[in-house]
Amino acid sequence: MSTGLVTSAYVVAAILFILALGGLNNQERAKRAIWYGIIGMALAVAATVGAPGVGAYWLIAAMIVIGGIAGFVVAKKVQMTQMPELVAGFHSLVGLAAVFIGINAHLEMNTALAAKEAGTVADLSGFASVIAKKTAVEIDILKVELFLGILIGAITFTGSIVAYGKLAGKLSSAALTLPGRHLLNAGALILCVALGYLYLDGAGLWTMILVAIVAGALGWHLIMAIGGADMPVVVSMLNSYSGWAAAAIGFTLGNALLIVVGALVGSSGAILSYIMCKGMNRSFVSVILGGWGGEQSSSAAVEGEMISIEAPAVAEALDEADSVVIVPGYGMAVAQAQGSVSELVRRLRDKGKTVRFAIHPVAGRLPGHMNVLLAEAKVPYDIVLEMEEINEDFPDTDVVIVIGANDIVNPAAQDDPGSPIAGMPVLEVWKAKTVVVSKRGKGTGYSGIENPLFFKENTRMLYGDAKASVDALLNHLN
Amino acid sequence: MKIGALKETIEGEKRVALTPDSARRLQKLGHECLVESGAGEAASFSDDAYREAGVEVVEDAAALWDAADAVIKVRGPTMQEVEAAPEGKLLVAFIWPAQEEELLAKLNEKRMTVLAMDQVPRISRAQKMDALSSMANIGGYRAVIEAANNFGRFFTGQVTAAGKVPPARVLVVGAGVAGLAAIGASTSLGAITYAFDVRPEVAEQIESMGAEFVFLDFEEQTQDGSGSGGYASPQSEEFREKQLEKFRELAPDMDIVITTALIPGRPAPKLWTEDMVKAMKPGSVIVDMAAERGGNCELTQPEKRIVTDNDVVIIGYTDYPSRMATQSSSLYSTNVFRMFEDLTPEKDGQVDVNMEDDVIRGATVCKDGEITFPPPPPKVKAIAAQKPKERKPEETAQQKAAREAKELQSSLNRTAIMLGVGGALVLALGTVAPASLMQDLIVFVLSVFVGYHVIWGVAHSLHTPLMAITNAISSIIIVGALLQIGSSSVIVAILAALSILMASVNIFGGFLVTRRMLAMFQKS
Repeated sequence: MSTGLVTSAYVVAAILFILALGGLNNQERAKRAIWYGIIGMALAVAATVGAPGVGAYWLIAAMIVIGGIAGFVVAKKVQMTQMPELVAGFHSLVGLAAVFIGINAHLEMNTALAAKEAGTVADLSGFASVIAKKTAVEIDILKVELFLGILIGAITFTGSIVAYGKLAGKLSSAALTLPGRHLLNAGALILCVALGYLYLDGAGLWTMILVAIVAGALGWHLIMAIGGADMPVVVSMLNSYSGWAAAAIGFTLGNALLIVVGALVGSSGAILSYIMCKGMNRSFVSVILGGWGGEQSSSAAVEGEMISIEAPAVAEALDEADSVVIVPGYGMAVAQAQGSVSELVRRLRDKGKTVRFAIHPVAGRLPGHMNVLLAEAKVPYDIVLEMEEINEDFPDTDVVIVIGANDIVNPAAQDDPGSPIAGMPVLEVWKAKTVVVSKRGKGTGYSGIENPLFFKENTRMLYGDAKASVDALLNHLN
Repeated sequence: MKIGALKETIEGEKRVALTPDSARRLQKLGHECLVESGAGEAASFSDDAYREAGVEVVEDAAALWDAADAVIKVRGPTMQEVEAAPEGKLLVAFIWPAQEEELLAKLNEKRMTVLAMDQVPRISRAQKMDALSSMANIGGYRAVIEAANNFGRFFTGQVTAAGKVPPARVLVVGAGVAGLAAIGASTSLGAITYAFDVRPEVAEQIESMGAEFVFLDFEEQTQDGSGSGGYASPQSEEFREKQLEKFRELAPDMDIVITTALIPGRPAPKLWTEDMVKAMKPGSVIVDMAAERGGNCELTQPEKRIVTDNDVVIIGYTDYPSRMATQSSSLYSTNVFRMFEDLTPEKDGQVDVNMEDDVIRGATVCKDGEITFPPPPPKVKAIAAQKPKERKPEETAQQKAAREAKELQSSLNRTAIMLGVGGALVLALGTVAPASLMQDLIVFVLSVFVGYHVIWGVAHSLHTPLMAITNAISSIIIVGALLQIGSSSVIVAILAALSILMASVNIFGGFLVTRRMLAMFQKS
């Protein structure tokens, strides 16, 4: 296959990827959009394999088959509730691949330079022959790109592993706050830059391996310092990083397709992070630098008591209600209650009641997490509404059921300027006539912030596992 | 204690202070109940119904006065009745002690303990015995019904085969309990309802009942509902002028005007002048609920329905609650029962007029030969002080255009600055970097822009599939590894092979998971 053909295949692939992302603006079209992505990927791989100078076809085939089967099995087995950790885990693979390719590029560069001096350039094949044609300035730029690729790749790798551990519950979700952590981060970054400078100056491979190790430690520490509630931002941020790493490698290799796709993924992740941060009214920097830490001021103590309620009474209230809104949170995902919730919705709708879902932008541990879970449980997506669409309707709502959500319905965000979440947009459920909160126990939620909603006069607490509670409710609903 | 209900003596008064229902509940408090024969007849409660409820029916008023320890009534007794009554009884009725000083003195002379239903303080705890509110509620409803009865058209707008009917326009002046009840009744009949009140803080209540608040643009209106227990107080001359001007503007458009404006202890303010009546369309109706105190409309004649020369009906009835005697008796008797509930805290039939209790102290106008009216101010404030709602003046077209132009300008400026800075940076880079890098940079920058525009269009609910698919796509890095695997170096080949392996996991896993997710979204 000629270089011209390969490039034209890349053009088509790039367009297909853009269509794949653009197709996600609507549920029906999204199902076709994914095929654009698959075809684009297949085209890109096939064209590259067919490009001049690529060898070891049997090895490529073996690796793709093994990797493909592994990916297939994992994707088939995974539960929809484990989606966040799966995505985080996958990111780490891209990060590590970027580090490997960066180190490879360095090795190839050395071979090419050696060959140039020995005058055996003509014997070189593949990437090395491209490098051999470069000027001294271009080699310096190549080194910078390589450095960036390795740095971002390493941060993505360890950061994604930590994110995976936290989301899968294998690591504590609390924010790790080492003394002087900002200094530690800054120090690690400066060290990396210094190593990069040494590398440019002619130091060998060891500088890049050190960069990979230091950046890996930095990634680990960065994400360890971020609390569980901020995980949606972290996951989309890592998504963005994996894109930038791919783009940096694209620069190194002079490959336009890598640059295009890397930039697409990078900006996508960045925008998602921005949307999440806006959903929590926090600046991106404060999320990245870790936890709720530092700004923890004395939030007002909550007075009053929580009034508990039993399933039969909730069923009665639902029976009398005309309009019901359900607010799901991470607790619903943990308890795997989405199936029961879906059944509850079906029954209520059969009785002619208006039932809708209110989804906060940061509900769950991934952007759009709740939508996916509800879709899995066959809840029709046209009754699943966003915060802005439904917030005005709460005063006219008879019963709100909050299932395993806490911070996203916390009135302190509006009332208490001392609260750590002050100013965060929240679902104004307390304006409804009755609020039923399904919760495991009396403790505070993920962020550890007291929620005055639970003490309001029109709030009733339904203690117990979310799934068990909803099932009990179904039994009493005739 | 024996509680007896007298028959009302005033002409046209149909209400009664005791119903069989309230009697049953009073008996549960340990009291015995008596009723004068025929007292409930006008309100459709027969003597037999009372007997059934265990009430002793007494022949006449004199016998009842003798037999009962406590006497309950709707309207206050006349001088003759008090003259004839024995000494030392407990009396519960509407007394109006401020206006009826003579009656109060006479009652005191008879050493009666008198609780005036009209003096129950307006605090939350006493709402259950606030007979003024329950009567006003009925009055407001009835006023709309009377208006409808005299109005020759539908309230609600209709489009029928026989032509189009415009909806009636109703103006309610004064949004107290009666006014709000009138608003409610009028909107539920389908009329377009407007309401006015001098207290700007009731705007929210008016709007909650479904009417439109007639907003008066006036600076000095520093009314505070808390000071006067939620009642209106007199207005300055300028304010009155402004108000009348507004009404004059509204008068020709209104089909029905219901006025309920009252200021405690004063004659009703004249708000609807003769020229306004003249400006109204023929067939329009004015219901003046303040007729008993002189009326809000200048032409009102108390207790009468009149028709003006331009065919406007003015209704000046003063007995709206009595016109719905069954309903008002049952509400009033419940208020009275609630009063006795507070008077007999032990539920043992022993009445304790506890002067320490804010509510009972407020209602008691004379006790043990002493006039205890007016009471000291209650310990609990009636209504929390509140600031009048500030209405933001609506943006004029020019202001809006100016604001939009300003926003556009600042956004253009921002873009210009970013373009300038970005352009300078790229230029600086271009002076040192070789052409090959700049070509890559063009591709990169354009891709970021495309990504930016495409991603903002993604539906919120699809953010998780978006992450999954971008994750799969980011394994395009496999291309880099593919380009390197042909290297002659073994280390390079191994690292490249490992990268291909990892990227493949990602490609297959990522796309499959995305597909699984998207397949689940379905419409109802």
